[in-house]
Amino acid sequence: MINLVYNEMLKIVRKKRLFIISAIIAVLVGLFTYAQYKHVQDVQKRLGTTDWRTQLQQQIIDTQNRLNSSGISEEWRKFLKIRLQQQQYYLDHNINPSAPGAPTFMRMFVENSIELFLPLMVMVVVADLVSSEASGGTMKLLLTRPVKRWKILLSKYIAMGVSISFIMLALVVLSYAISGAVFGYGGWNLPLLTGFTVQGEELNTANVHLIPQWKYLLIELGLASFVAIVVGTLTFMLSVIMRSTAAVMGIMLAALISGAILSNMVSSWESAKYLFMVNLRLTDYISGAAPPIAGMTLGFSIGVLAVWGLVALIVSFFVFITRDVY
Amino acid sequence: MTDTLVVQNLRKTIGKKEIIKGLSFSLREGEVFGFLGPNGAGKTTTIRMLVGLIKPTSGRVSICGYDLQRQFADAIRHVGCIVENPELYPYLSGWENLEHFARMLPSFSKERLQEVVHLVGLQHRIHDRVRTYSLGMRQRLGIAQALLGQPKVLILDEPTNGLDPVGIREMREFIRLLAEKEKLSVLVSSHLLSEIQLMCDRVAIMAKGEIIRIDDVETLLKEQARVYWKVDSLERAKAILKEQTTVLGEMDGRMVTFYEANQLAAWNEKLVQAGIRVSEIQPKLPTLEDLFIELTGGETID
Repeated sequence: MINLVYNEMLKIVRKKRLFIISAIIAVLVGLFTYAQYKHVQDVQKRLGTTDWRTQLQQQIIDTQNRLNSSGISEEWRKFLKIRLQQQQYYLDHNINPSAPGAPTFMRMFVENSIELFLPLMVMVVVADLVSSEASGGTMKLLLTRPVKRWKILLSKYIAMGVSISFIMLALVVLSYAISGAVFGYGGWNLPLLTGFTVQGEELNTANVHLIPQWKYLLIELGLASFVAIVVGTLTFMLSVIMRSTAAVMGIMLAALISGAILSNMVSSWESAKYLFMVNLRLTDYISGAAPPIAGMTLGFSIGVLAVWGLVALIVSFFVFITRDVY
Repeated sequence: MTDTLVVQNLRKTIGKKEIIKGLSFSLREGEVFGFLGPNGAGKTTTIRMLVGLIKPTSGRVSICGYDLQRQFADAIRHVGCIVENPELYPYLSGWENLEHFARMLPSFSKERLQEVVHLVGLQHRIHDRVRTYSLGMRQRLGIAQALLGQPKVLILDEPTNGLDPVGIREMREFIRLLAEKEKLSVLVSSHLLSEIQLMCDRVAIMAKGEIIRIDDVETLLKEQARVYWKVDSLERAKAILKEQTTVLGEMDGRMVTFYEANQLAAWNEKLVQAGIRVSEIQPKLPTLEDLFIELTGGETID
């Protein structure tokens, strides 16, 4: 099995797929770093460079005042206290909340790429994993070896897993290294708010608490990896079914883009929540953004994605093992 | 002689159409077996069933005693094959391609790789990318790949397709060498009748998904051999020879009879004694082409 996976990795590497992906990530990170840098400069120009400390102090006093006033709910009071803690931390540790370090940039990059960019990178590797063997005719050679068909497909699936790990690693390393050169490499322990839940129309802040940024990042990277694997598995299935890599790419792209569009307009079409593409923004549940359709939770989205992935995996193996190769 | 590949009542139905209608044949050790038929006769489909790419609707294929359906890995280990064109990974070198396929075998050694490379005479270009290879070189690499696992049965679908005349001759000699020296059973399919005639010991003639006939190439040819007589009086000559053998007719002003080597002199004597001047006696072996048209009744594919 190790030999088979080695074969598949050799083919992926020799097709220069991983190199291309690394290059794309490097270019994009550079681009976003520059954009972020401009933005920070802009903010500083407006507020004055030395002012952020006073600004923060003012905010803390405001929050304290609000806490002292009567007539606010117990929940809200708790939330404000946590906010106060966070702001105090910034002040104590001399952190400018509007000037992020590399970990903050990395977090934002992961949050923004989970829906479209990351799946796109996964597609670049996975789309032709099986279909290129079919269209290139090498499938016939591959399937006439003394190796069972399921083993061949499994080796390809494992190679996909290895490639996704590589993509995640490249994403982390490149975004940290490149953005750190501009923003500095510190900020791992920055406290961040999480634990928001949405109930009906309201944001429930009852369980909100602070966690350090490195933990937050780890959770987000875990969720992003999960999304990448599910999208990879779906692409894998299409790649098994279709001979044409272009068709695989086209269908997956259409699905992903439609997901991004649907997320913005389906709030009234409730059953759309069972589509995989509106469930990709898992990191939103951590940062507390409202889900596209009421009633969606982190558990629900993970469940929906897992079911889609599992079905795709079963279909892939079934089709690959039973199909006649012409 | 032992049978290496045995096919029993192989059938394939796609939709409602029966494409392969119950084939049975077997390959002996050290022989080149030809598979002859027009395009669309079902040669490639049959070959794909022999190597497990297509699942037969019914029937059995066994290779060196292993059932292809139930003991796939054991059975296919004894088979090397090229199905249609030798398509390899163009972005890898020839050597890397061989390594790639060798890794899929239960065991392999660098020496075996070196050996097959020398066998097909690719040692000078083996480290170049396959993208840069000519069709002939790809064909050789395809054969090298098929021989990697030291198979007992070699299955080649149209092995001379797209090669130039020199390449075709080399390929032919190479296939004969493998059968005679290495005692491989080689199954070669072709729609080129002259190819099969020059290369094969036995031949199966296939049309419309059925085997019409399996026999030694020599027997088949002998059966259909003809003699062409050029005489000054066709009518009288016919009358005389009718008593001896069947006169098949005339062609280009010549009389045609069956070929019987030991009778020829006697027949000639009879003609001469009757005062007929014989200026030409020409025995002619039929090409498989004639044979094929005769056997299939010149059928077209529908």
